[in-house]
Amino acid sequence: MQFFLFHLMPYADLDLSAPDKYDSAWVTLPNTYYDPKKGHQLYNRYLDELEMGDTLGFDGLCVNEHHSNAYGMMPQPGVLAGSLARRTKNVKIAVLGRALPLINNPITVAEEFAILDNITGGRFIAGFVRGIGAEYFSWNVNPAFSHERFHEAHDLIVQAWTRPGPFAFEGKHYNFNYVNLWPRPYQTPHPPIWIPSQGSTETIEWAAHSDRRYTYLQTFSPVTALAKYMAQYRESAEKQGWQASPENLGWAVPCYVAETDEIAMREARPHAEAFYQKFLRMPTEMLLPPGYLSLKSMQGVMRAKAQMQSGDKSLEAVMKSGMFLCGSAKTVREQIVRYQQEIGFGKILTMLQFATLPHDLAVKNMEIFARDVMGEIRKMDAAPALAAVK
Amino acid sequence: MSEPRTYFETVEGCKTCIMRGGAGAPLLFMHGANGAGRWLPFMAELAKNFDVIVPEHPGYGRSDTPAWLDTVGDLANFYLSFMKQLGLEKVTLVGTSMGGWIASEIAVRDPSRIGKLVLVAPAGLRVKGVPVSDIFLWTAEQTTRNLFHSTELAERMLAMPLSDAEVDIAVKNRVTTARLAWSPRLYSADLEKWIHRIDLPTLILWGKQDALIPSVYADKFHELIKNSSVRVFDNCGHLPHAEKSPEFVAAVRQFAGEA
Repeated sequence: MQFFLFHLMPYADLDLSAPDKYDSAWVTLPNTYYDPKKGHQLYNRYLDELEMGDTLGFDGLCVNEHHSNAYGMMPQPGVLAGSLARRTKNVKIAVLGRALPLINNPITVAEEFAILDNITGGRFIAGFVRGIGAEYFSWNVNPAFSHERFHEAHDLIVQAWTRPGPFAFEGKHYNFNYVNLWPRPYQTPHPPIWIPSQGSTETIEWAAHSDRRYTYLQTFSPVTALAKYMAQYRESAEKQGWQASPENLGWAVPCYVAETDEIAMREARPHAEAFYQKFLRMPTEMLLPPGYLSLKSMQGVMRAKAQMQSGDKSLEAVMKSGMFLCGSAKTVREQIVRYQQEIGFGKILTMLQFATLPHDLAVKNMEIFARDVMGEIRKMDAAPALAAVK
Repeated sequence: MSEPRTYFETVEGCKTCIMRGGAGAPLLFMHGANGAGRWLPFMAELAKNFDVIVPEHPGYGRSDTPAWLDTVGDLANFYLSFMKQLGLEKVTLVGTSMGGWIASEIAVRDPSRIGKLVLVAPAGLRVKGVPVSDIFLWTAEQTTRNLFHSTELAERMLAMPLSDAEVDIAVKNRVTTARLAWSPRLYSADLEKWIHRIDLPTLILWGKQDALIPSVYADKFHELIKNSSVRVFDNCGHLPHAEKSPEFVAAVRQFAGEA
């Protein structure tokens, strides 16, 4: 199993009454709640935490893109990835990902990712997403064209990376007379492509297509959903005539490890609950603007809305559903190994700082996780291979 | 009360649902973002004087969603073909909200089959500094409350639960509205440039308490359409045809009956 350290870079100093007052931590939460002096501290602190991931032996570091919110302060993730590219030596660096439909010129992403791939000498992993619904309000991009723009931007970027330029690109949303990328990516034919998603049939089938075989990442979902979507990916691959391996599947999950189960829960509680109850807060209309989901999926959501409960977001509830891993190293290790055996993912992307979790606890979490969870699982992974050699 | 017939007509490759009732000169009604699912009292009233034709726009209600549908301009061109195919002439073209935007775009392109134009709180223009409300952030309940001035009327609407089929259509209508009008929101720079070409007799109707498109927008339409007059209904929200139905019908009758 491969271990990645994922960071959202939240605005940890957020006045936690604000998302309730504005019914959202996104789009309409006034940026007067943001203090640049605290922001200066936070960005540097978070980059330190990610850089620690390199020395602690993680396989990769992950950043991502979100706009106009307190949940994740990386609207331009290439800036953060660029900083990490020079300060790290061994780890992979993944941008998971750029929200392609938001961008009016996808060539900027092809360029940005190619530069990162060149600087790191091929330590770069490219992620493509559609962004979450709220971002279609913030960037005023039409959600009804989200799928069209995602696919077209993807095609343009991959062609820019792989086709000798200059060539013309003739699309509906994007048109170029001269696509001619300088620099070309370092890796051949291009950096690995990962597709993070909350799980949609369209996305899974697209990622599992035999022409693409992109790594599929399930983000922040209950374990039942994780199992369902990963099975769907494997079935989809099989129908296309290829066998998906654990390498193709990853799970992104927030996690807190401490000396005992009790300490872990006590230390994580306020921060985990702030994550689910405050930083992720937004109305359904903001989360799912019209056209963001397929018509059929959206009709299903709206029909079910009457029966939908507000959803219990207590620490106990998110732990029970597997949306949050929390406990002693032994507890968390056993949980990951069991899920891994049942579900068959080959990559785990743990978010070890979340919401308001302070630096000292984030560092303690990272150190215990690296040594007693990641380290121990790696030994277990190596054991069968060693046995086979002997 | 005249009973409408509901039938389908294929225009520009799009199977289009039409409600039609009454007799007389043609009155073509362009519905707004929420669609036109039912034959409403004002339609029945107008059907006493007119051949009232209420299509569901491509992408809305029971009509198909054609692959060519991307903009309000696409719908305007569609309706030029629609009027030709149905052989409509000297049409009284009435459009409300999004439908008023479509009607304006039709009239800018080709007024030859239109006799008179009625714009009811139309979208399509922008008054800088006076934004239209963001309908896409409104819940279904907020939408109903915000569209009507009368809270009693809004309560009565909210008391009627939607069937699954109606929920499906509401989602479909909302997606098409986003497709046509998300960015820029409910506005076309091209319409602003060319709306002055409309020289049809035009009646602009607005609710004084319109919470979606403020009634100052009436002045903008009036200023740009030279042969236009304005009537503002007091104690009325965004839907004068529903909220002030008798006054609305009387105003249209009087206007359309004029020489």
